[in-house]
Amino acid sequence: MNPKRTNQIATGLIYVLVAIVVLILAGLLGYILVNGVPNISWHFLTSGAEAFSAGGGIRDQLFNSLYLLVLTLIISLPIALGAGIYLSEYAADNWVTNVIRTMIEVLSSLPSVVVGLFGYLLFVIKFGFGFSILAGAIALTFFNLPLLTRNIEESLHNVSNLQREAGLSLGLSNWKTISGIVLPAALPGIITGVILCSGRVFGEAAALIYTAGQSAPTVNYLNFNPLSATSFLNPMRPAETLAVHIWKLNTEGITPDAHLISSGASAVLIIVILMFNLGARAFGNLVYLKMTAVK
Amino acid sequence: MTNVITTDNVRISYGDHEALHGINLNFQENQITALIGPSGCGKSTYLRSLNRMNDLIPNTTVTGEIRFRNNDIYSNSTDVVDLRKKIGMLFQQPNPFPLSVYENVAYGLKLSGVVNKRMLDERVEISLKQAAIWDEVKDSLNKNALSFSGGQQQRICMARVLAVQPEVILMDEPTSALDPISSAKIEETLMSIHDQFTIIIVTHNMQQAARISDKTAFLLNGDLVEFDQTEKMFINPKMDATSDYLNGKFG
Repeated sequence: MNPKRTNQIATGLIYVLVAIVVLILAGLLGYILVNGVPNISWHFLTSGAEAFSAGGGIRDQLFNSLYLLVLTLIISLPIALGAGIYLSEYAADNWVTNVIRTMIEVLSSLPSVVVGLFGYLLFVIKFGFGFSILAGAIALTFFNLPLLTRNIEESLHNVSNLQREAGLSLGLSNWKTISGIVLPAALPGIITGVILCSGRVFGEAAALIYTAGQSAPTVNYLNFNPLSATSFLNPMRPAETLAVHIWKLNTEGITPDAHLISSGASAVLIIVILMFNLGARAFGNLVYLKMTAVK
Repeated sequence: MTNVITTDNVRISYGDHEALHGINLNFQENQITALIGPSGCGKSTYLRSLNRMNDLIPNTTVTGEIRFRNNDIYSNSTDVVDLRKKIGMLFQQPNPFPLSVYENVAYGLKLSGVVNKRMLDERVEISLKQAAIWDEVKDSLNKNALSFSGGQQQRICMARVLAVQPEVILMDEPTSALDPISSAKIEETLMSIHDQFTIIIVTHNMQQAARISDKTAFLLNGDLVEFDQTEKMFINPKMDATSDYLNGKFG
């Protein structure tokens, strides 16, 4: 076979493989959107769920998902940032750091059900949190931390050493070089990682069933006191998220329109993740521009 | 003339491999000293030990004595951050921060506590002028420094070094990645700032060493072969090895 022919075959093969991936993705997304979007209405988004009768909405579940995501990021991002910076910038290359890296990898492959049950035993039962957003957020932090840490470490690692040398040779302290130069340069990569993790968190169900619970008590969206039991901001209340709601509707839902609600909710889930991705990317670009070139 | 930096029997090893076998060199105030020699002779290693940039490379050991203004720079009481403020460095690859031109040059000043906007503006302008880049960037000070060409980036880096007003500037083959015009501008800069700074430059380009330096040190395989006035050394080298290298017999 001559090189030209081989090239043609290789190119053709690559196109076929890409087409398979695109078809699967387009098929899945298309199925969810085509089935779900017609069920989405203002009423669907803004009313509470009904347990027995038709016509329920997903307002609380949608909010719970978003709130849980924010809470999880508030807990996990600073920890991951610290750990990532340590691993990339400070850690010596020895067996201790290798053990840490291996442990992080093991942690990242933990099944989410295990994380959920662990969170259930430790936070829900032992610490007496009960089924709560906080317990869910901490469980998801376990779930999130390895990926986020690795991602931040990689992003920092990808910043050219020349930048560090430039900073240090200018008489900047190690910390100032990292925080003022390396970190901003790594920001686009870090933001991509945060987006990926957020998608995982948003779509996670198994780890939440045992931690954040499966019930969405009626909350008052005008009560801004996070300590009040009826406040939507209370982190100690049980909170069924969108993904858990979809799971529940499909396993034990007894509302007559369970199927419609679950397909609508799935579409909403995907649309929100998409919006979050685009938003975070735009935000990241904005921050990057602000940090790197004035105006 | 006062010696700014003196080095006595400097040996540097990476792991088991000794890269420098005892270098004695002194650098005088407001002079340009060129370090020349074939690749791998240890000149960059030596240069980077003068502001402790070798600290960044694991398993590096430095023995002997390196004194800056008579203070041992490897002693425990030396503040490395402070030392590097006084001994600036320009690298082979242009490495501007991913910031605007203005921010690049002002960064070091801001960190050392200069907040007065007018003072900053003034220092930025002076430094960019000194680095012979002002005319090319004055209308785009807010543009990202990385959007300029390599030669322009290197001159922005030069301005960044000059802005913090170090006493010594170390240069590690600063023009080897640049086009001839940018190289010439860097050399021009060196000549014009030459009476205010002590400059130590590693170069592969012997014509460059001959053009700009007051003194030249020739290193070979980790040893200092010859150190003399540039003119003397280029016209009448004492050692055969120097003569062979300068005449292009090896290298």
